[in-house]
Amino acid sequence: MNLMPENEVMPAAPHPMAPLPFRVQRVRRETRDTFTLELQSANGAGRPSFLAGQFNMVYVFGAGEVPMSITGDPADQDTIIHTTRSVGMVSQAICKLKSGDMVGLRGPFGTPWPVEEAAGKDVVVVAGGIGLAPLRPVVYQLLADRAKFGKVVLIYGTRTPADILYQKELAKWRSRLDFRVAVTVDRAPAAWRGSVGVVTTLIPKVSFDPQRTVAMVCGPEVMMRFVARELEARGVEKNRIYISMERNMKCAVGFCGHCQLGPQFICKDGAVFRYDRIRPLLGIREL
Amino acid sequence: MPEHSILQRAHFEQLLGALKTRGYRVIGPTVRDGAIVYDDLNSTDDLPVGWTDEQEGGTYRLKRRGDAALFGYVVGPHSWKRFLHPPAVRLWQANRTGKNIQIEEEKHAAPKMAFLGVRACELHAISIQDKVFLGGSFVDPLYKARREGAFLVAVNCGQAGNTCFCASMNAGPKADFGFDLALTEIIEGSEHYFLAEAGTPLGEEILQELEHRPAENIEVEKAGSIHEKTAQQMGRTVDTTGIKDLLYANMEHPRWDDVASRCLACSNCTMVCPTCFCTTVEDVTDLKGDHAERWQKWDSCFTADFSYIHGGSVRSSTKSRYRQWMTHKLASWIDQFGSSGCVGCGRCITWCPVAIDLTEEVRVIRATDIRTKSMAKETDDGNTGTNPR
Ligand SMILES: Cc1cc2nc3c(=O)[nH]c(=O)nc-3n(C[C@H](O)[C@H](O)[C@H](O)COP(=O)(O)OP(=O)(O)OC[C@H]3O[C@@H](n4cnc5c(N)ncnc54)[C@H](O)[C@@H]3O)c2cc1C
Ligand code: SF4
Ligand code: SF4
Repeated sequence: MNLMPENEVMPAAPHPMAPLPFRVQRVRRETRDTFTLELQSANGAGRPSFLAGQFNMVYVFGAGEVPMSITGDPADQDTIIHTTRSVGMVSQAICKLKSGDMVGLRGPFGTPWPVEEAAGKDVVVVAGGIGLAPLRPVVYQLLADRAKFGKVVLIYGTRTPADILYQKELAKWRSRLDFRVAVTVDRAPAAWRGSVGVVTTLIPKVSFDPQRTVAMVCGPEVMMRFVARELEARGVEKNRIYISMERNMKCAVGFCGHCQLGPQFICKDGAVFRYDRIRPLLGIREL
Repeated sequence: MPEHSILQRAHFEQLLGALKTRGYRVIGPTVRDGAIVYDDLNSTDDLPVGWTDEQEGGTYRLKRRGDAALFGYVVGPHSWKRFLHPPAVRLWQANRTGKNIQIEEEKHAAPKMAFLGVRACELHAISIQDKVFLGGSFVDPLYKARREGAFLVAVNCGQAGNTCFCASMNAGPKADFGFDLALTEIIEGSEHYFLAEAGTPLGEEILQELEHRPAENIEVEKAGSIHEKTAQQMGRTVDTTGIKDLLYANMEHPRWDDVASRCLACSNCTMVCPTCFCTTVEDVTDLKGDHAERWQKWDSCFTADFSYIHGGSVRSSTKSRYRQWMTHKLASWIDQFGSSGCVGCGRCITWCPVAIDLTEEVRVIRATDIRTKSMAKETDDGNTGTNPR
């Protein structure tokens, strides 16, 4: 197909698929396979504002581009923070970045956690593994405006104690009297003095008022389904439980079609969904 | 009632001339490798003059007509999406110098393209892709530039193919919107002319540049009866009553296993479909590793990679992929974009190597509706859901 060069024009609007340059300021090793990057805009444009629960598409030169939740504090106007678990090609390349390296970012995309809606209610945050990353901005917001909420609870489960993210921060949070933090691991060496067992086992043990609770859940899909079931068993209505979904994404703007789950595009109708709206879809195998 | 004009076959070349004079690249049907495809047209002679096509599930054949019709066939393996939403597009390039990366957005051609011979179903398909790329909160600027530069000459089908069912999908056979010019070809004995109708001021302007005369009522009526006859000829039909709920409620229907036993997951149906829009991205790096390019390429929900998330594909079975494709076309598209994703062009039936026919699949599911209410089912059955992990 011959394109006519004389008609060549630059489209007026920037292409939503074109990343903006960001530079790695700091790298923190969280666990054996998980790293946190602090990024700053490298073109002087500053960082776009984001809402807790939104994600970016992170591009590593020559490696590719993947969705990553923004895990910093929405109130921090300067930096973008991502925590990445190395599981494959691109995430591994992200985990190998050093301070000073550049990445491309597109975003933020997706729906936020219902932090506003949770005002005046008890808030139960349940995270599994890397699922704490997209929920950390929620915790920042809850604690920054602590008086606005009822009881605030974080239930967090990982495979082993060595997989626990943000250990210093967790310790700080645990020391607060107005924030209940419960951590459990699937298996642990003898020295571990905390809970052992899947994250669902903690739900009946923490105190909150199910009738006036908003729950936000992120982790592997099976985990989220079991957590939601457990929350429902305690009397939390389906329409006050929120989960964040994961699907293959190539564009994050609704063009590529990869992230569809029935009628939903995870990238734009989610990734955060109200549970009652998505639950029927989760029951269908290979949807 | 819009005004109609008569354009003689002998003057048809003037239409191509007028478009070219205005700087349009004229693209239309032409015969290549035994099929009618869309490509550049230099003159009317490049059209499939006197050819027609015979289509059936899994079969496509060109045949000589008894006349010299310019548009005496239906749609082939190509659709206009190859020009508005091309199979491969470079989105940007990146260069690395030391620790710095410079990302350069692609300067894209916004060619003025005139599409000659756009069928009613294809006009509908284009408007459906418009919703995908222009109708949401993000706009695809490349699609937009190509779309805005396009001049559409519609041709009303004078006969329907054996795999056509646009009438069932309310997408034809008569072009009723979205064109700049619409033509109906009329051949009677030694007479050969087109009833022309302008749909936009630009279409009107171009029509005025051609030798033409106002149409007589009888000529308008003749065209009308051609449209009616074509509508009666549809080789396939689909009952679309409540089709969204029908398919949503039958996500666990055994028929999906039956299709899966036939489907090769070859992706043909998605490639030929004029509304299928899915893409993937590919990164290319040079040997030194300092230059990278990102390409967007057509992709298909029939591949394993399409739904891959680390740990495995969400849709690992052919059953789930066919179900995704068909329920997307006929059901979830309605929720997403407010209309069906199928215009009844029949391409997916004709070009399926094993002749899988979605109209037949719908018929069987409707006849054996099991209403599992699965999309609305309260599932707490310990099923690990859709995620492979
Ligand atoms: C909205 C959203 C937010 C996410 N947030 C985080 C986060 O904060 N931290 C984190 O560590 N991970 C997060 N993930 C998961 C992360 O995107 C995947 O781990 C990553 O895409 C894996 O790519 P890879 O190339 O390393 O793996 P490979 O297994 O080599 O994957 C190959 C390709 O498949 C696709 N793919 C594979 N796994 C996933 C997946 N889980 N989700 C989507 N696409 C996938 C990608 O296109 C990838 O390039 C998030 C995913 C989504 C959808
Ligand atoms: S699904 Fe088949 S009949 Fe419908 S528009 Fe696509 S190719 Fe044509
Ligand atoms: S339905 Fe036919 S064309 Fe489509 S993937 Fe299956 S075998 Fe290929």
